[in-house]
Amino acid sequence: MTRARPARGGAVTLALPWPVWVPAIVGFGLIAVPVAGLVVRTDWPDFGALITTDAALDALLLSLQTGLISTALCLLLGTPLALVLARSNLPGLPVLRSIVLLPLVLPPVVGGLTLLFLLGRTGPIGQLANDWFGITIPFSTPAVIIAQTFVAMPFLVVSLEGALRTAGERYEIVAATLGASPLTALRRVTIPVVLPGLISGSVLAFARALGEFGATIAFAGNLQGTTQTLPLLIYIQSQNDLDGAVAMSLVLVVVAVLVIVATRTRDASGVR
Amino acid sequence: MTTRRGGFTLDVSFEVAPGEVVAVLGPNGSGKSTLLGTLAGLYTPEDARITLGGRVLTDTAAGVGVPAHQRRVGLLSQQALLFPHLTARDNVAFGPRCAGRSRRESLAAARERLVDVGVGDLADRRPAALSGGQAQRVAIARALAVEPELLLLDEPFAALDVDAAPAVRSVLRRLVRDTGQTTLLVTHDVVDAVVLADRLVVLTEGGVVEQGPTAEVLARPRSAFAARIAGLDLVAGTASDAGLTTPDGTTVFGLASEQVAPGEPAVAVFPPSAVAVHRKPPEGSPRNVLPARLAALEPQGEVVRLRAAAAPGGPPWVDGLAADVTPAALAELGAEPGDDLWFAVKATEVAVHPRRR
Repeated sequence: MTRARPARGGAVTLALPWPVWVPAIVGFGLIAVPVAGLVVRTDWPDFGALITTDAALDALLLSLQTGLISTALCLLLGTPLALVLARSNLPGLPVLRSIVLLPLVLPPVVGGLTLLFLLGRTGPIGQLANDWFGITIPFSTPAVIIAQTFVAMPFLVVSLEGALRTAGERYEIVAATLGASPLTALRRVTIPVVLPGLISGSVLAFARALGEFGATIAFAGNLQGTTQTLPLLIYIQSQNDLDGAVAMSLVLVVVAVLVIVATRTRDASGVR
Repeated sequence: MTTRRGGFTLDVSFEVAPGEVVAVLGPNGSGKSTLLGTLAGLYTPEDARITLGGRVLTDTAAGVGVPAHQRRVGLLSQQALLFPHLTARDNVAFGPRCAGRSRRESLAAARERLVDVGVGDLADRRPAALSGGQAQRVAIARALAVEPELLLLDEPFAALDVDAAPAVRSVLRRLVRDTGQTTLLVTHDVVDAVVLADRLVVLTEGGVVEQGPTAEVLARPRSAFAARIAGLDLVAGTASDAGLTTPDGTTVFGLASEQVAPGEPAVAVFPPSAVAVHRKPPEGSPRNVLPARLAALEPQGEVVRLRAAAAPGGPPWVDGLAADVTPAALAELGAEPGDDLWFAVKATEVAVHPRRR
């Protein structure tokens, strides 16, 4: 199939063969139909009341707060991590990378349990925190944030490392020959050049943090106002009040769509 | 310096005087990039001592290795590599800002530099909105804005259109000459070397095989590579409206390939394949008809290269010129060394370039 049709701006788009279209449509349906089903299933007359219960508002607020804080933590810790993975020549870098990517393949519940073993009251670090500072980490809001950061950080690291590798070191080399110290080059050249990757990585991390369930319930529990994020509330509600669960699911979908739309616009108007 | 990278060894030693432009010529894989990278501080050599002015940049014996950003060694490569997120002016102001100059001062200096390279009106454009030639001009302005003690040029015109290259080359030539910028140029294009360089260093397989003043090396190439790149016929003189005037007053008719004022030092360049060889002075269109005595016949693959000596009473600079003819044409001509012949070249085949000194 070499038929071509003109697209906007006079560019030509090659026609795709049919074996691409059929699975593509099925795949799209697999994602879109359940979401549409959610809209149909929603109890619209009571929608307002269902999503403004105390528990729902607490959960939404907590989800947004912890999601934003974990995204900030991912940026703070994940950006340097991606730089080390993409630019340094540490021995054993492939091993390091595999470890960083572990939360992507690990069931989140397992991640939550490992955090509990480490930071729990009897865990090696948890005990120290308890004895020295009187801090108990598990089943608190900080535990939610730690769990979310744990599962979300690899998304930022992968996305940013890819952007760094694509950009290559050429701009940094030019910056150095112009007299820029490594720190100046990082601040004024590297980061701005990979900004699109940094933004899309942050969005992915935020979305992942927002949807976090397994690690949170294992490590932080399910206490309204403290650790009960929206996904946890939705799960609990689905056991006894399906209408409430569906309404709140829709809220989560709307927030996710808003995030995606916002970054798409940013991408189009931003650098490059 | 001696350095090894992946089974390749570079072992060279040479000097560049302040204000001098030295061209390093060599085939691919001869070590040119390694040389520049080592000078710029991007690679650590195994065994080297590099000094710039009074400063030691690299001394492996003493464990000295000044980092790239403190070397004051500028680098201009094939790709302009302008920072994509900055305007042309901010790109040029980047270096002065790093040197600690104020924002206002840096931007003012950047504007001046952009005017110098002929793109003052594009200061607010992002690199994506610049053509290849414009981007390379901005890159030249950016490299010179930091006033490097040594400027490294890595095939700076290789990625440009044939149309854009001569203009960018004359901009660079003018700036380098006006500022007395000490420069090391790496290229495989002999025209770059002729236009920009005082001296040539020929590099082959990681070693220097030849060096000397540009005109001398090209007139009497001793290495195979120099001979091949010098495979062009070169006639030195001064530029004139018709083309070029040689020291003995002969006019070589040709076309100026880039801006060159009459009276300026220039060189006329033409390929030996453009030279027609005759027994008697030819009639018709060729503007340049030169008496020559055949010095030697050199088989060159599918053609035979006729090497000329000066004919008695003829211009002395004909000595060394080459003409390529097919074996059939040579048989028809029936020429042997010692014969007096006429070399004819059409003016349209002769490119006149400005030349250093």
